[in-house]
Amino acid sequence: MTQTAKPETGAFSPRDLDHQPPAFTPGYKTSILRSPQRNLVSFENTVSEITGPTFGHQMLGELDNDLILNYAAPGESAIGERLIVHGRVLDEQGRPVPNVLVEFWQANAGGRYRHKKDAYLAALDPNFGGCGRTISAEDGSYNFRTVKPGPYPWPNGANDWRPAHIHFSVFGHGFAQRLITQMYFEGDPHIALCPIVQTIPDETAIDALVARLDMDNTIPMDIRAYRFDIVLRGRRSTLFENRLEGN
Amino acid sequence: MSAEYLKESASQTAGPYVHIGCVPSFAGLTGMYGGNDLGDTMITGDVKGERITIEGYVFDGSGAPAKDALLEIWQADAAGLYNAPTETRGQADPNFTGWGRQPTDGDTGRYRFETIKPGAVPYPGGQMQAPHCVVWIVARGINLGLNTRIYFDDEADANASDPVLNKVELSARRDTLVAKKSGNTYTFNIHLQGEHETVFFDI
Ligand SMILES: [Fe+2]
Repeated sequence: MTQTAKPETGAFSPRDLDHQPPAFTPGYKTSILRSPQRNLVSFENTVSEITGPTFGHQMLGELDNDLILNYAAPGESAIGERLIVHGRVLDEQGRPVPNVLVEFWQANAGGRYRHKKDAYLAALDPNFGGCGRTISAEDGSYNFRTVKPGPYPWPNGANDWRPAHIHFSVFGHGFAQRLITQMYFEGDPHIALCPIVQTIPDETAIDALVARLDMDNTIPMDIRAYRFDIVLRGRRSTLFENRLEGN
Repeated sequence: MSAEYLKESASQTAGPYVHIGCVPSFAGLTGMYGGNDLGDTMITGDVKGERITIEGYVFDGSGAPAKDALLEIWQADAAGLYNAPTETRGQADPNFTGWGRQPTDGDTGRYRFETIKPGAVPYPGGQMQAPHCVVWIVARGINLGLNTRIYFDDEADANASDPVLNKVELSARRDTLVAKKSGNTYTFNIHLQGEHETVFFDI
């Protein structure tokens, strides 16, 4: 097969909606009035969906991927369990997706967000902002340092609590790959109880959002590591086209 | 290469605090990232084309504006080229990013993009599409980001032959994808649900 240096520009495989949460999930009450009721209209990818914005590594600040320090006063640091979160951005063929922007945000160790609409009793940490970003490397890998977010209560059912989680926003190379999701922590009993997690109809899809403790990358006497891989939609196979080019 | 097939990660709602991660200055974390929210500025220099504003609201099924939504748009430059390495047809205007990101206002629910009118781009097979922006909407209560498109009401002929608009079987529903021009401002309201529900796409 001939290899070309051109970026891949093919259409994306159709999204497997059985693996995604439906829009209307009454257990998560806010979805009731915010869910479209008509069928989605399908069409083949055009250049508008196949292309997408890209971001250069030079835009990143030194502490953008360090939530322990990026909002802290000089010489201070955020309170909480110190963590490295790392993994790879892959496509559905298992190939690395390099050079894509990954953004993350979270509550502090007590479960409180630095946001004017969050009125939870837990205290703000003056040294914790709760946002960070990075760009995947050539092998699709990404990493950041943070503190473990706390679970928090939210108005839905009478006594609903979110599992500890980190929100992720991920770009691909095409706008059709755009994804927002949340990462959970292995062993958290709130995962099975959470109406937002349970919007996902497929147990394996939920399990894929649960980060694993990674002792191999844990730094002794310093910081524990969790591993979380992100999978974006893949492009349709271009094997046939390549064979034609090779002839 | 081994045939390893993975499933796309499941989406989860952006939640009510999406601003912290995506538009931190808007959220009050003004020290982050040099004080600039990514996507706030689409025009970075002496851009070619007609400068326009696109603004509107995201309404829920009760008609209330969502005051915690986040919108992204992606569009071609005035010549119909995308500012992306995957654009194979030519070099886009270097003074235009093509990508914008804006929250709806926390008090009023209004969003606003300062951009340019996009040029036409081709459909597979060579037919042209009418000028449009692709749109991605996330918010609390939206489990999977919603994809739609903004077309322009002063492009009636191009819209009438647009292959994507023509995928919408009920012609009355096509109007939900067409922004209304007044001066240099186009109004594009998104209805998540109800009688005027916007057409959303599975792309
Ligand atoms: Fe959250």
